Amino acid sequence: MKKNAVLVRDLKFAWPASTISTLKIANLNIPENSRTLIQGPSGSGKTTLLSLLAGILLPISGQTVVLSEDLTRLNSKRRDAFRVDHISFLFQQFNLIPYLNLIENVLLPCRFSRVRYQNAGSDEAGLKDEACRLLNLLGLEPEKFSHLTTQKLSVGQQQRVAAARALVGNPKLILADEPTSALDPENRLAFLELIFKQCSKNQSTLIMVSHDTSLSAQFDQVIDLDVLNQANGF
Amino acid sequence: MLLKLAWLSILNRRGTAFLTIFSIAISVALLLGIEQLRESMRNSFLQTVSGIDLVVGARGDAIPILLYSVFRLGEATNNLRWQSYLEWTGDERVEWAIPISLGDSHKGYRVLGTTTDYWKHYKYGHNRKIELEAGKFFDGLYDAVIGSVVAEKLEYQLNQQIVIAHGAGSAALFKHDDQPFQVVGILKPTGTPVDQTIHVSLEAIEAIHIGWEDGFPSTETDNPEKIKLSDLQPKSITAFLVRLTSKMHTFRLQGEINAYEKEPLSAILPGVAMQKLWQIMGIFEKSLMAVSAIVILSSLTSLISLLLATMNERRREMAILRSVGAGPLTVFYLLWIEATVLCFVGVCLGFVFQYIGLIAVSPIVQDQLGLQILLEWPGTKEFVFVLLIMTCGMLMSFFPAWRAYMISLHDGLLPKA
Repeated sequence: MKKNAVLVRDLKFAWPASTISTLKIANLNIPENSRTLIQGPSGSGKTTLLSLLAGILLPISGQTVVLSEDLTRLNSKRRDAFRVDHISFLFQQFNLIPYLNLIENVLLPCRFSRVRYQNAGSDEAGLKDEACRLLNLLGLEPEKFSHLTTQKLSVGQQQRVAAARALVGNPKLILADEPTSALDPENRLAFLELIFKQCSKNQSTLIMVSHDTSLSAQFDQVIDLDVLNQANGF
Repeated sequence: MLLKLAWLSILNRRGTAFLTIFSIAISVALLLGIEQLRESMRNSFLQTVSGIDLVVGARGDAIPILLYSVFRLGEATNNLRWQSYLEWTGDERVEWAIPISLGDSHKGYRVLGTTTDYWKHYKYGHNRKIELEAGKFFDGLYDAVIGSVVAEKLEYQLNQQIVIAHGAGSAALFKHDDQPFQVVGILKPTGTPVDQTIHVSLEAIEAIHIGWEDGFPSTETDNPEKIKLSDLQPKSITAFLVRLTSKMHTFRLQGEINAYEKEPLSAILPGVAMQKLWQIMGIFEKSLMAVSAIVILSSLTSLISLLLATMNERRREMAILRSVGAGPLTVFYLLWIEATVLCFVGVCLGFVFQYIGLIAVSPIVQDQLGLQILLEWPGTKEFVFVLLIMTCGMLMSFFPAWRAYMISLHDGLLPKA
């Protein structure tokens, strides 16, 4: 049997100001090296669930075990350290630091994580090559764009840089929050394909949340959050 | 890495960052400049006269005597008799004494009557003698030796004829135009009031005032040719500068002069009078320093408010950094380093501004006030200033950094913008 990348048991979560639970999940397994799509309309708590999986938020009760590590048992410093080394994020839009160039944006995780620094190339030249390789893979020629600030890139190009950053240094878990929603429909699939390819090569697990049902076919597992979530506070 | 990030982030906001740096730089330059001026002033005062143990004038307070005799500031209210001078100079404890007679002027520059002892004994700075740039010290009756500033400003050369006016100030009413003087010597610059003085002999002062006993010209004109040197024994002088054979006699002789029965005299110790003067100046200096400290504080506040104002637009940036693995503490440091770098660059630029400013202002100050500005490399005092300013700035920067820390803790990876 495959190991689980993510294991959630009896999870309950509520935002501090509210008295009713936002999320209540009895059981959620996501196997390693899989591609999982979590679907649900906006406001259904998709992003909150991702935050819980990343250990940014902690549940009121229950367990979130990520890559065999029970996040609820770690203190905030250890959680931060764990997250830096093993989890990367891909958001909807505006993901880049405006005053860094493409390569530096891609390499940001390596600046904060020793593990990802070593995975990516373990010296500055190696890092740069790896960043260029990833950018190339995602269809951006770094030589052509390296002199541009990231603000001059189109949204689609920015998303590709963000994707390269999410992939650099082989994180074990990639959490993506509507990464395609800013892209044209015809580009979405191509963009996903590139990420998938890289994930299977790196043996990374991808969890993506989206309200876009048209992408379901591409994933190993599709979870409807409204079904999974037993809290009915809405 | 953080330093690089902070630097790039500053460059990204270079417009506002530059203004902030500029405002810090200006306030730092102001503070340092004031300090340097103060230092220069003190130095120039202390350098004005050297090797003098006592200054004797008509009975009066120490500071006015010092001011009019040494700095040529203000007027003496009374003269002292020539006879008294001769008597005290004869004292065996007196090594030498230079008589000075003030009260006349030429185009706003003071005319000082003295003897050749002045050239022999007068010293300034660290025991430096007065030297000639051109010509000679006076020996004839109508010879004048002018200071370097007088020569430069009035564009006088040797053999220039000058007319001395009665009283000080450029608007002096009566002129001694019947007896013009001739410039026979021009002095080298000293950076002291000597530069702005026209030196003539005591006899000449006496000569031009013949018939002026009532304070204005007598109606019957004297024939200058009739004046003979023997008639020109001075009757009174303004003050005299005394050098003793030994410093040990200072207080004793001071007491004796103050108790002199034939005429009310005051002997003052120039060093003590100088101290008193500084005590008065101190209040003025301190308020200047306080003002510049407040200016610095206000520009540091503008630095903090700049950082706080950009905090909202930076929420996303901080969230991105958090999502790629920067801890909240890293975000704190980033902001803090950024503020510190701004502060540091501001202070460095402040030094540059100060030197540029002083170099620009120095000729004007030299002309108007006769004050020579010292251009020195920053010393311990400046270092302490900078350290204080930097510490202050870094402490104040904790505030926006802490804000950023709280925001990044609260927002997590998802900015609520």
